[in-house]
Amino acid sequence: MNYGPLVFLAAFFALASSWCGFVLTPQLQIGRLQQTNTVGGAGIAYPIARPGLAHQGLDVYRANGCAYCHSQQVGQTGTVLDIALTDAGTNQATTVAALLKLAESATNQPSALTMLPSFQPGSSNAITESILGGLPKAFFRSTTREAANAAAKALNSTSAKVQLWVVPVGPDITRGWGGRRTVAEDYLFDTPVMPGSQRVGPDLANVGTRLPDANWHLLHLYAPRLEVKASTMPPYRFLFEKRKIGRRPSPGALSLSGNLAPGPGYEIVPRPEAKALTAYLISLHADAPLFDAPISVLAPAGAPASTNAPAVPGAASTNAPPTNAPAK
Amino acid sequence: MSETSSPSQPSSTGTPEVARFPIVPADIDASCRIPLVVLFLSASVWLVIGSAFALVASLKFHAPGFLADSAWLTYGRVRPAGFNCVLYGFCIPAGLGVALWLLARLGRTRLALPGLATVGALCWNFGVAAGVWGILAGGSTGFENLEMPPYSARLVFLGYLMIVVWAALTFHQRRERQLFVSQWYLLAALFWFPWIYSTANLLLLTVRVRGMAQAVIAWWYADNLLVVWLGLVGLAAVFYFVPKLTGRELHSRYLALMTFWMLVLFGSWGGIPESAPVPAWMPVSSAVARGLGVIGILAVALNVHATLAGQCSRLMAHPSLRFIGFGVVAFIIGGLMSAAGALSEVTRVTQFTWFTVARDLLNYYGFFAMVMFGAVYCIVPRVMGIEFPSAKLVRAHFWVAAAGILLLVVPLAAGGIVQGLRLQHASLPFNDITQGTLPFLRVSTIGDLLIALGHLMFLGNLAGLVSRFYRIRAVSAWAAATVEIKPAETRP
Repeated sequence: MNYGPLVFLAAFFALASSWCGFVLTPQLQIGRLQQTNTVGGAGIAYPIARPGLAHQGLDVYRANGCAYCHSQQVGQTGTVLDIALTDAGTNQATTVAALLKLAESATNQPSALTMLPSFQPGSSNAITESILGGLPKAFFRSTTREAANAAAKALNSTSAKVQLWVVPVGPDITRGWGGRRTVAEDYLFDTPVMPGSQRVGPDLANVGTRLPDANWHLLHLYAPRLEVKASTMPPYRFLFEKRKIGRRPSPGALSLSGNLAPGPGYEIVPRPEAKALTAYLISLHADAPLFDAPISVLAPAGAPASTNAPAVPGAASTNAPPTNAPAK
Repeated sequence: MSETSSPSQPSSTGTPEVARFPIVPADIDASCRIPLVVLFLSASVWLVIGSAFALVASLKFHAPGFLADSAWLTYGRVRPAGFNCVLYGFCIPAGLGVALWLLARLGRTRLALPGLATVGALCWNFGVAAGVWGILAGGSTGFENLEMPPYSARLVFLGYLMIVVWAALTFHQRRERQLFVSQWYLLAALFWFPWIYSTANLLLLTVRVRGMAQAVIAWWYADNLLVVWLGLVGLAAVFYFVPKLTGRELHSRYLALMTFWMLVLFGSWGGIPESAPVPAWMPVSSAVARGLGVIGILAVALNVHATLAGQCSRLMAHPSLRFIGFGVVAFIIGGLMSAAGALSEVTRVTQFTWFTVARDLLNYYGFFAMVMFGAVYCIVPRVMGIEFPSAKLVRAHFWVAAAGILLLVVPLAAGGIVQGLRLQHASLPFNDITQGTLPFLRVSTIGDLLIALGHLMFLGNLAGLVSRFYRIRAVSAWAAATVEIKPAETRP
């Protein structure tokens, strides 16, 4: 390496390879993603572009650097299959017997099949009661597809009807931050995409599902500790305006009391930025069942009880490594 | 490939040209004076501003309401503003200054067109000022490490090109044809930045790719800047100054070559975090690249250790060497911290925590800034021809900076690990976990404070030297002027 051009070529080659790897290929693979359809049940288009106000809220989120404390990526460590009873059948006694038998095998082989808290193996009366308590209900959880199929077969041999539910698991999911891991499709219509790198505050990928109340968000932005005890979030009072009450109080004014109250004759009103940010936060849902991120969503009540087929076609990919398949 | 491994000894194979027009080092130094003064002085001002912003951001963990009612000083703006001041205000200009001087010295040639390099430096600084202003005003782009809005990015880019074209010209007209290790590193770095910066700006802010591809490109850019660019320039200085100041030869040119290849090949692939919601091959290739990067890091350790012949006490001989020695240790530790990210068991814990911040800060402050301090303390007296006003302040700066970095990085890393382990347990309430990191963050404020103090010392010393230089010049110019109008002298 004693020639300038040689050093230049070395650097050129190295950078070009990395550019092809992490700029060109991602653009070809995920930069050209199109809207896809959710799987299982409805099959509606996903994702939907955010409504106008929420779209403006994304700008407020960007300008104030919310992403430095809040990630928008949910992770999962794997998926499991829940064995759910949708219909106890005409002969409940045999169903209960089959369930008890499964409970026995679950205690013998806890690695493959575990009982969910909703299932109390005790007397058959208790089980009958819990069945009567409302179906569909998941009773067992299995980590392998074989165990799930065997259990489903055992129950199907009675008159009962069974579904297998795909359930992602992991600390983020248990914490209630989302139903499944986030995938590239979830960010399709956002510019800029801000997945975040830190969790000083909770993950916001599904905050709209978790906290759908606009007033909650407005109060939380104005005085975080009002809504979350000992919150470390700074207040964002510059998104609000203190103004004199006119003929009658504004409909959007915050209801504040104690030392936060703005004083007699005054009210605290959210500025357009606060409303937009709130609309954006409420629009955050990344929980639709997708081909490469399956999750079972319960059919709406009144829908015909489904067959023995797994609830989600994508369930076939359970426990398989995350696919690289771009959306169709 | 012949083995001329010491930059301190002139090669015996000087071209006839060199013999005909000998250029003494003082000439070369003098040709670099103005651009280097502009680059280093502005860099140290940005460093002080950046650490002040970092301090404000850190204080918000003592009281969330601190300066929160002003939109311009909210955490989400102050923090990126601080990082941008340090990265674009200090790291890159200081690196470019060191690169200009090294290319001129190693090529035994005067700096080509120093005036235009100075204009480039000013252009860069205007760009950074506009960018930091833009971030505080809410114009951040939303991409980490690329927050400066597009209008300032154009100025920054233009400034960089102006500096780099003259650096390349200086390299081209070199009289010492034998290339030293540092020159490979610098040449690659000079070329690296325009490519990554233009790619990121074009695809993220001008043409705008869709969806998650944006985040991937932003990660790629940040990794190429923070790992590859800073690594290349920092190591170029290390491989020059360690042999030079100890008066020994660089142990192995081939180990340095290996580090070079590891850095450009694997360093440039390491950006995608494990958690990223992208097709699995991307985070996996990044993990592999980070893991392989260890080889390059170990080669640096081995090379420096062998150059010192195993006696690390040699590093204490020269004040500049202390800084550079600290930088090398920080580079190795930081590199191992990011290589640990190749293991998914580790990243699962450290992702989204303060641990990654600690690693980045160790890279900025511990490795790059310290190496740059060492280089500046060595270069500036030569370029100006006078010593620093206070040698004691240089020594004090080292201890304050070292203590500051330790108090900043160690609590953040420890707090991050605790935070990450607790995040794995979904039964622990989230707010308790955040509360649990606060004691660590509050200790790190002391580190921020010490670092800011160290930066003030650096700025004071540098500004003192520059003002003394121009005062001496002004006094002698004044003396010369007054001598001429003495009536006794004018009369025959």
